[in-house]
Amino acid sequence: MSWTIFFTAIISSMLINNIVLLRFLGVCPFLGVSKKTESAMGMSLAVIFVMVIASFVTYVLYYFILEPLSITYISTIAFILIIASLVQLVEMFLKKYGKKLYRSLGIYLPLITTNCAILGVVELNIGSGFATEFGILNGLFVAMSTALGAGLGFALVLFAFSSIRERLDQAPLPLAWKGVPVALVTAGIMALAFIGLGGIV
Amino acid sequence: MNDVSKLQDFTKGIIKENPVFVALLGMCPALAVTSTVETAIGMGILVVFVLTLSNVIISLVRKLIPDEVRIPAYIVIIATFVTIVRMLTQAYAPALYESLGIFIPLIVVNCIILGRATSFASKNNVGRSFLDGAGMALGFTLALFTIGFIREFFGTGGISYGVYLPLATEGKLLNITSPLFNIGILTGPAGGFIILGILLATFKQFDLNKQAKLKALKKAEALSKAAQNKTLGGLA
Repeated sequence: MSWTIFFTAIISSMLINNIVLLRFLGVCPFLGVSKKTESAMGMSLAVIFVMVIASFVTYVLYYFILEPLSITYISTIAFILIIASLVQLVEMFLKKYGKKLYRSLGIYLPLITTNCAILGVVELNIGSGFATEFGILNGLFVAMSTALGAGLGFALVLFAFSSIRERLDQAPLPLAWKGVPVALVTAGIMALAFIGLGGIV
Repeated sequence: MNDVSKLQDFTKGIIKENPVFVALLGMCPALAVTSTVETAIGMGILVVFVLTLSNVIISLVRKLIPDEVRIPAYIVIIATFVTIVRMLTQAYAPALYESLGIFIPLIVVNCIILGRATSFASKNNVGRSFLDGAGMALGFTLALFTIGFIREFFGTGGISYGVYLPLATEGKLLNITSPLFNIGILTGPAGGFIILGILLATFKQFDLNKQAKLKALKKAEALSKAAQNKTLGGLA
């Protein structure tokens, strides 16, 4: 088992299949919290954190509980409950043991439950069948690398986009284009740029 | 009076409070599944089903659920309907199931559904919640259809049918082979963002024009009133 598989998983989910621009997951927080670079960074940290833990827990749940009992059809309900309680747990844990981290991530954590990027990445991990391709244990690490890459891709795009948006606010635009419409067109142009990264791996 | 408000419950979601174009909710599916008209309509049908039924059930049990566990309870109800819809799609429209992919389970976290559950169904009776859910979901479908139509028509020069939805025939409407209607990026990811941005700006411009007109009308009215008062005062 070589490290290149994990590295490839991170790069491909970060740049080639960027979750925001090419898979359209997490567009709501992408438009919502990208007005300031600082809040964009807080949100992306929270997303990376929860995404990696969630993909670990759901992977274990799916392959060690749901599949042996052959009740995989309830996976969606199970996953969303896991994510919701996980977010709650992380919030409580940080409140008690990580005051500093809590102060910077606190307000973003409750928003994450309904962030479709988390459930999306979890479903994609299960759907792409890493367990049959790499074996159950290695599949777990590939799934977690994919989640890490997806979170990093989210952070990268959010950071770049918030920087662009801070300047767009100063730009003399027609009133109808201000805010979300011009942000969407900008995102479209960024998506075009990301399509160009398709051949890296 | 009662009938009028009932009708408003239904119609407000379609245009005036359209979930995508006005409230900016449910952007992820609005961008992701609208590369063809058929997938857009397919998604719309699924959301009509889930949103209407979840609104009805949540409205039925709204007095039984304690306030502290409201959101988790709603999510479980919504997730149940999404699972039902997922299985039905897999059985009866496998091509649609394949092409919508993870966006079927992601209906669970669609902000429109949870938003209507918390802001409407948890406060109103079953009939009104049903109408509200159906109206909002139809507004969502209309928005998806609009985006999908523009993207597919200008991207491929026609609207194909029977590929994803289980229709009796298969074919293509409006087959135009002109480079003007063959803009490749529109069917790709970038096209979704750009078309939605342009549409939002267009609707905002309409809104601004309407507001300006109303303002001008009010001003003219006030002026004419003032003038009338003046002449009346002069006569006295």
